[in-house]
Amino acid sequence: MRFIFKTSYAQELGLFRDNVQRNWYVALFAALLVLPRALPDYTSDISLVFIYGLCGLSLMVLAGYTGLVSLGHAAFLGIGAYAHVFFVQDLGVPWVVSVALACAVTAAVGVLVGLPALRMTGVYLTIATLAFALIIQEVFSRWDRVTGGLKGKPVNKPALFGVSFASELAFYFLCLAVLIGALWLTANLLRSPTGRAWVAIRDSEIAAQSMGVNLAVYKTMAFGYSAALMGLAGALFAHKIGFLAPDIFSVLLSIQLLLMVVVGGLGSLHGAIYGAVFVAILPVVISQARDSVPAFVAAALSPLGKGAADGAFAMVDRFVKQPGLEPGLFGLILVLFILFEPLGIYGRWAKIKLYFALFPLYKRATFRRQKAYMRSERLR
Amino acid sequence: MDIVLQLVLNGLAVGCIYGLVALGFVLIYKATELVNFAQGDLLMLGAFTCYMFVVWYGVGYWTAFALAIAAVALFGAVLDAGILRRVIGQPQFAVVMLTIGLGAIFRSFASMTWGSEIYTLPTPFSAKATRLGGVTVSHEYVSIIVGTVLLCAGLYAFFGYTKVGVAMQAASQNQLAAYYMGIPVKRMFSLIWAISAGVAAIAGVLLAPVSLIDINLGFIGLKAFAAAVLGGFGSIPGALVGGLTIGLIELFAGAYLPHGVKDVAAYVVLLIVLAVRPQGIFGTVGRKKV
Repeated sequence: MRFIFKTSYAQELGLFRDNVQRNWYVALFAALLVLPRALPDYTSDISLVFIYGLCGLSLMVLAGYTGLVSLGHAAFLGIGAYAHVFFVQDLGVPWVVSVALACAVTAAVGVLVGLPALRMTGVYLTIATLAFALIIQEVFSRWDRVTGGLKGKPVNKPALFGVSFASELAFYFLCLAVLIGALWLTANLLRSPTGRAWVAIRDSEIAAQSMGVNLAVYKTMAFGYSAALMGLAGALFAHKIGFLAPDIFSVLLSIQLLLMVVVGGLGSLHGAIYGAVFVAILPVVISQARDSVPAFVAAALSPLGKGAADGAFAMVDRFVKQPGLEPGLFGLILVLFILFEPLGIYGRWAKIKLYFALFPLYKRATFRRQKAYMRSERLR
Repeated sequence: MDIVLQLVLNGLAVGCIYGLVALGFVLIYKATELVNFAQGDLLMLGAFTCYMFVVWYGVGYWTAFALAIAAVALFGAVLDAGILRRVIGQPQFAVVMLTIGLGAIFRSFASMTWGSEIYTLPTPFSAKATRLGGVTVSHEYVSIIVGTVLLCAGLYAFFGYTKVGVAMQAASQNQLAAYYMGIPVKRMFSLIWAISAGVAAIAGVLLAPVSLIDINLGFIGLKAFAAAVLGGFGSIPGALVGGLTIGLIELFAGAYLPHGVKDVAAYVVLLIVLAVRPQGIFGTVGRKKV
C-alpha cells in the first residue's frame, strides 16, 4: 500500500492523485483515439456508449451524489433531443447555439421539477418524476407542431461551424470530446463547495441543513445541472438515432438509465462510465448468445446421443428466441446487483484493488454496510 | 344527468381497481416501509393465472378465482421470505430498484409462459348489462364494486378483530415492541406480503373482463401510485378514497376535457398533490426528530 504525501498546493488542486494515475488516463485517452481504427465496425456503437456515459453522468450527479432518485430522466433526454432538433432544423439556429439552448431549456424544466422536490423525500420524489415523465411523453406525442407527434421526426446529421460531422468517425470524436468535457466539468464541480453540499445532502439532510446547506438551493441546482447534462446527451442522442418518436423516451428507458448507474456503482464517476459500457454491450452479448448458446448446449449433450442433443437444441433455441427475454434479463441483473453487489462494478473493482494492496490482511468487513433499522423513515 | 350518473358509476368501478392496487402498496409500506413497484405486475400475474385455470384447464370461474388468489398470495409470501427481507434496512433506493427489476422479471416470465397476445377472460358477468333509468349498469362494473366492498369489509374485520390481524398492526407500528410481545414479526411481514399480493390478484381478476389481459396490464400500478399518494401513503382508507377520486377524475376528464388529457389526468393530480400537500388527504407526515 502506498500513501501519497502532499507537499504542495498544486498537488492538492490537481485533478489526478499522482503521475501514475495521470499516465493511465493519458494511455486510456490514446487508446480511445485509435479505437475506431482497431474496431472500425463498432465505431457507431462506441459513440452510443459515450452518449450513454453522458446520461449516466447526469443521473450519477442526481442519484449517486445528491441522493435524489429520478425515474423520469428519459423525459429530460427527450426534451433535450426534441428541443435541439427543433432549434436546429425548424428555426435554423447554429448547431453549437442550439445545443446550448437545448441544455438551457432542459435545465429550466429540471429546475421546475426540482422545486417541489424540496418538500418530498425518498420514494415520493421517485414517483413524482415518474409521473412527470409519463406526462411529458404524452406531450411529445400530442404537440405535433414541434415534435412531429406520433409520426416522428427525422434528424439531419450534425454540422458544426459549416463542417459536416456526417461520417461515423467524425461523430465518434464529437461524442468523445463532449463526454470528456462533461466529465472534466462534473469532476471539478463535485470537489467544489457545491459538490460537497450535494454529498452532504445525500448522506443526511438534517445534518447538511444544520451545517448551513440551503437544501432548496442545492437540490434545485442538482436537478438543473443533471437535466442540463441530460439535454446535452439528448442532442447527441437525436443525431445518433436519426429519428425521434415519442415511444423512445418511455419509462423503460428511464429504468435502463437507472440500471446503468446502479450496475456501474452509485457515487462514483467511474461507475457512470462502467454502467454505460455494460448497458451498451449487454444487448450485443445477448444477440450473440442467441445464436451460439443452443449449439453449445447441443454439443455438450451430444455424448448422450443424437436424440437428446437435438431435443435440447430445439428447446434452448426456442427459449433464447423469446421476445420477452431481454427485459427480463435486465431485471434479473438489476436484482442480482442490488442483492449481492450494491456498490456495482466500481465497488467490485475497488474491493479487488484493495485486496491486492493489503494482500494478506484484507478484511471483508471493510466494505460491510451498516443497516439502518429506522422506524422513523416516514417521518423524514 | 344520465351521462353524469353513467360516468360516476364507471368512474367508481375503475377507481375501485386503483384503490385495491393502492391498498396493496399501503399495506406493504405501513408494515415494512418498502414501496413495491411490482404491485401492478402481481395484478397482471393474478389475471393471467385465473385465465390459465379457466381457459387452459377448464376450471370453473369461482374455483379459478380462488386458486389464482391463493397462488399469487403464496408467491408474495415466498417473495418476501426469499428476496425482499434481505433489503430491509437498506436505502430506499435499493428497494425501488429491486422491485422494478422484479417487475421486469415477472413481465418477462408472463410473456414466456402465456405469450404476448391479448386475451379475454370469460366470466359469469361478461357482456351483461341492466338498464336502470337512463343508465346502463354493466355487470362487470357492478362485480368490481361489490368485490371491492366485500374485500374491504373482510380486511377491516381481519385487522380489527382477529388475533393475527392485531399482531400485524402491532408489527407495523413498532417492530421492536412487537418482538418483545412475542409476535413473530418476520412471519407477520410475509403474511402481509401474501395479503397484499392476494389483493392485487383479486384486483387483476376483477379487472380482467373490463380491460383485456396482456403483459402490460401491470402499468395500471403507475396510476395506483397517484391514488396511494393522494390518500397519504400510509393510510388504508386514504388509498381507497384516493383510488375512487382518481377513477372519477379520469372518467370525467375523458368526457369533458380535450383528447389525451384522460391518460395523464392521474399523473397531473399526483404532481399537484405532491407539490401542494405531500402528506396526502389522510396523511400524518411530520418532520423527523433528531
